[in-house]
Amino acid sequence: MSGSKKKLQNRTGTSRAAVKKSASALPLPKDLLLKMLDLMVKSRVLEERLIKIYKAGEAYFWIGGPGEEAFGVPLGLLVNKGRGHDHDYLHLHYRGSPTLVAMGMPIIDSIRIMMNRATDTSTGGRNFSNHFCYPEWNVVPVSSPIEVQYSQAIGTAWAQHRERSKGITIVTGGDAGTAEGDFASCLVWSSRKGHELPILITVQNNFWGISTAYEGQHGETSIADRARAFNIESAVINGNDPVECYFRLQEAFAYIRKNRKPYFIEARLSRLYGHSSASGANRIDEFDCIKSFSEYLKKSGVIRDGDVESLFARYESEAREAQESVRHEPAPEASDIWKHVYANNENADWRKF
Amino acid sequence: MANMAQAIRMALHIGEEHLGVKDIFGQDVGAPLGGVFTATQGLKTTWNAPLDERGIIGCAIGIALAGDVCVAEVQFCDYIFNTIDLLKIAGNTHWVSNGNYNLPMVVMTPTGAGIHGSIYHSHSFDAWATRLTGWKIVMPSTPIDAFGLMLSAIEDPNPVLFLKPKALLRVRGEELLPGEPADERELKAMIDAPIGDRAKWRPRWPKLDESFRVPIGKAKITRAVDLGSDAGSKHASATLVSYGRTVHFCNRAADELLAEGFAVEVIDLRSLYPYDWQTVRESVIKTGRVMFVNEDTEVTNFGEHLAYRTANELLYHLLARPRVLAGKNVPGVGLHPNLEEASVPQQSEIVRELREMLAEVP
Repeated sequence: MSGSKKKLQNRTGTSRAAVKKSASALPLPKDLLLKMLDLMVKSRVLEERLIKIYKAGEAYFWIGGPGEEAFGVPLGLLVNKGRGHDHDYLHLHYRGSPTLVAMGMPIIDSIRIMMNRATDTSTGGRNFSNHFCYPEWNVVPVSSPIEVQYSQAIGTAWAQHRERSKGITIVTGGDAGTAEGDFASCLVWSSRKGHELPILITVQNNFWGISTAYEGQHGETSIADRARAFNIESAVINGNDPVECYFRLQEAFAYIRKNRKPYFIEARLSRLYGHSSASGANRIDEFDCIKSFSEYLKKSGVIRDGDVESLFARYESEAREAQESVRHEPAPEASDIWKHVYANNENADWRKF
Repeated sequence: MANMAQAIRMALHIGEEHLGVKDIFGQDVGAPLGGVFTATQGLKTTWNAPLDERGIIGCAIGIALAGDVCVAEVQFCDYIFNTIDLLKIAGNTHWVSNGNYNLPMVVMTPTGAGIHGSIYHSHSFDAWATRLTGWKIVMPSTPIDAFGLMLSAIEDPNPVLFLKPKALLRVRGEELLPGEPADERELKAMIDAPIGDRAKWRPRWPKLDESFRVPIGKAKITRAVDLGSDAGSKHASATLVSYGRTVHFCNRAADELLAEGFAVEVIDLRSLYPYDWQTVRESVIKTGRVMFVNEDTEVTNFGEHLAYRTANELLYHLLARPRVLAGKNVPGVGLHPNLEEASVPQQSEIVRELREMLAEVP
């Protein structure tokens, strides 16, 4: 970790969650803490399985979210999951697997995307890993461009604003993507007086844009400062602490649901396997939220020695079995390129006009 | 007769009353202006967006992802270029999501030259648009087609780009819209916002035929020839295929040459994608000559695709090489009329090229 990164991560301040953690009582119910640990491990194991699949030559590319579990899992647990305006819309970027795992996505779904099977319900073998799509949960398609989700989120939030519905919109992205215009669009459109949108705008700041360090891309003290310029309530949080993330996200959700106004969160967290397989997908020595959380739960007496190792082993077994199963599933057919160009499979091939 | 802006406005009114349109938005689309060409005056679901084209297209995609129907406007197509990757995403969303999401959205934008608009109000976008796979692309040349195509676009479950030929927006049609008052002054009094304070003004919408549609993908023959009976059959024949503003130049060119005994059929494509190949094919087989006319720049022009297909599939029916007459491959449309008229096809140029083609024999 660079010196500037340490300095920036220290700026998150002391949160209410941190205060609670220092007390003898548990900050959250024991069952919830265990659930968060379980889902964080499951998500990590899944991503590491995807990397193994890539390195074994069974997939073309990997990109994902190991290191973002402490933020993504609480986010997924707090979402009002379902279809339609009264539920929450999610505009995720390609590091959103912890959120999907927390929402209930089976491991095998992600492996099917990774291995480009016809059984991949999100993309039908068309797209990269972690490019999810779950209309039944309002999870709109993940795109590879790093910014476009911020401008699209305006639309679902507008629809919820127009209908005065109960749901809100959530958009996630990385720190490098905030240099793009769509991020500014999201701030502008969310904060117009009289037309404020019920939207949680988040940036998962891992201090990298592929290979370019934060200092090479930003002049602002914190990305959250940009939200303040639009009178948007904002917070900089420790995205490596799942308890802090849970509380701060809970506060943000409550604020948006009550006030129907935007809220901005910059979560500072780790990127544990680099940008993608293009940069090797090798483990990098950054702060590990699962290691830290496990140690905390052990000290608190919530888990015992060997519990985390057992969790890892259980999910590794599940992921291996899923990979083995997916290997035997059908690949997309060449003729599938013409499927879904238009709705209802209306012909889009000019040769047949 | 309604002009094209009024026709679009009346279609949008039907859209928001009967076809589920929830939002009509863009720069200056809402009150008080109601669109720079007045196409959105008096509508109940209009609102003004920030001057941010990427925000407009992104918002439209988001509204459509939420399952709601919207019509978004980019004020001039010259300003749509910074949204091109969002347009691409709108076109690929259904495909890449394995059919999970479709986007019921319409984007409308004025296009082309003809209003002395200089470099940033005269661009064309049709050739670019036809590379946006997953979209449907339409471009009317008359108010009644604008009315019917807009209604079809709103109903379509796919993203539809509605290109408005800006030089025609204030041009009155030759056909009444179904249910339109016969007196254009009466229509104006009913639906045009007054000059000055409009705070208390409300439109009175005429009772139009809500079921009227111009199907997407269906061309219209605007000058038909019958080689069995036309006087023109004694001389050479040809087909002109166009859309938008240049359809009218083609019609007049056909009329001019008909007076000289030539038979020139004109096809208004109306939909660029999907396009009505069967109508083009039948006409070319009949006449043996074809020229594709439009305003976008000539290199990698949509007309080139049609000419390529003609050469591929109809070569042995041709009496002359197929032509594409399009905008000159220069960086912009200059303001002075000498520059503008030299940049995009004019009637005189169409006639000249047509004569040359008609004179060509195998």
